[in-house]
Amino acid sequence: MTDFTLWDIVRNLLLAGRWTVVLSLIAFTGGAIVGLLLTLLRMGGLTPIRWLIRLYVDVFQGTPLLMQLFLAYFGAAVLGFDVSAWTAASVALTLFTSAFLCDIWRGCVEAVPSGQWQASRVLGLNYLQSMRHVILPQALRLAVPPTVGFSVQVIKGTALASVIGFVELTKAGTMLNNAAFAPFTIFALVALGYFILCYPLSRYARHLEKKLYGAGIR
Amino acid sequence: MALVSVKDLHKSFGELEVLKGIDLEIEAGEVVSIIGRSGSGKSTLLRCLNQLERHDWGTIHLADQRLDGGAMSPGELSQNVGMVFQSFNLFPHKTVIENVMLAPLVVKQTPRDEARRIAEQVLDKVGMLEKIDAYPAQLSGGQQQRVAIARALAMNPKVLLCDEVTSALDPELVGEVLRVLEDLAREGMTLILVTHEMKFARDVSHRVVFMHQGRIHESGDPQTLFTRPETPELSQFIASVL
Repeated sequence: MTDFTLWDIVRNLLLAGRWTVVLSLIAFTGGAIVGLLLTLLRMGGLTPIRWLIRLYVDVFQGTPLLMQLFLAYFGAAVLGFDVSAWTAASVALTLFTSAFLCDIWRGCVEAVPSGQWQASRVLGLNYLQSMRHVILPQALRLAVPPTVGFSVQVIKGTALASVIGFVELTKAGTMLNNAAFAPFTIFALVALGYFILCYPLSRYARHLEKKLYGAGIR
Repeated sequence: MALVSVKDLHKSFGELEVLKGIDLEIEAGEVVSIIGRSGSGKSTLLRCLNQLERHDWGTIHLADQRLDGGAMSPGELSQNVGMVFQSFNLFPHKTVIENVMLAPLVVKQTPRDEARRIAEQVLDKVGMLEKIDAYPAQLSGGQQQRVAIARALAMNPKVLLCDEVTSALDPELVGEVLRVLEDLAREGMTLILVTHEMKFARDVSHRVVFMHQGRIHESGDPQTLFTRPETPELSQFIASVL
């Protein structure tokens, strides 16, 4: 059995950490695009569409991410699709993220006071014009802090992709531990890795929140 | 021919009948104050006049044009009937001049230079020209309300509706807003105000309408109405607010 130096461990974790970052970016970008689409459809759409989107949001919010990953990976295999761990993890995390962002953003649009709708309506703006010039710019400012805050959940969520064999930070930690038997060191380093990724985002979200409410937009 | 003519207007919210048949004619250049207890239907009547609320029955005409029931688009409505709210409702993410220019630019498709000229003109009228680049949060309530009036005027409406426009203001700021309305009245603007400012109603309006339980209970020129109310409800109301 080979001896692992601390540097070996750190180096391998850093290499695997790249995939945590990449998967997080995919999940967040994909989730944001799908989530935005769903938010707009849900705000303006017909009743059956709204109902379907609500169901979608409820299902993804009401089931564990782990099950969603299992279904995307093993479920797809059962149905005859040959999906890689990459694809399964990307798809599952994207859908998971979109459901949460859709709900966060709907809340932000609804948080814009109804007087703003009335004022733009009285000035003659139609639904889309009101959305574009009056409601969305305000909703966007409200949305930034909780969205940045949620990105932390996405990063930590990628750890679950390790169970379908996707080699990211957590999986790399498990594999290293199987070889090196230094669980305390290795998993402390894994945790530190997540912390280094997440802490700046949490801080930034808190800063944005303070800035937003400090400015007193209402 | 009356500028605004309301015939047999009915409006219910669920079981609650808020307007029980309103008939009202308002001439061009007239200043009409609507008074009454809260819940008497006065704000609902005002909000029906620009279709923020859809009434259940009756008609509203502006000059000889039908205004209600989808006969006018929001864009057309905004160029006929302007509205100022109790809570100002300025757009907080836009500066004073952007607030005023938005509707002319987006709804009327006015060229930018022209929209700016109009905005400066109406802001001058309300005495807010020097605050053109301020954001609403940087202004006092009275200043915000004057900008809101300018914003409505920028669409050059024929009638201006004012829904308790001084109720959210500190007492010392009420005067500056009322002075702007007085100026507008003097220039011949048609004003319909829901108000608790009895002194203003008495001094500036040509006619006062007293609403009670969803109906126009009494109306007439302010002097007569305030000094010799005909109905016990109005005498009681006057006694309670003066």
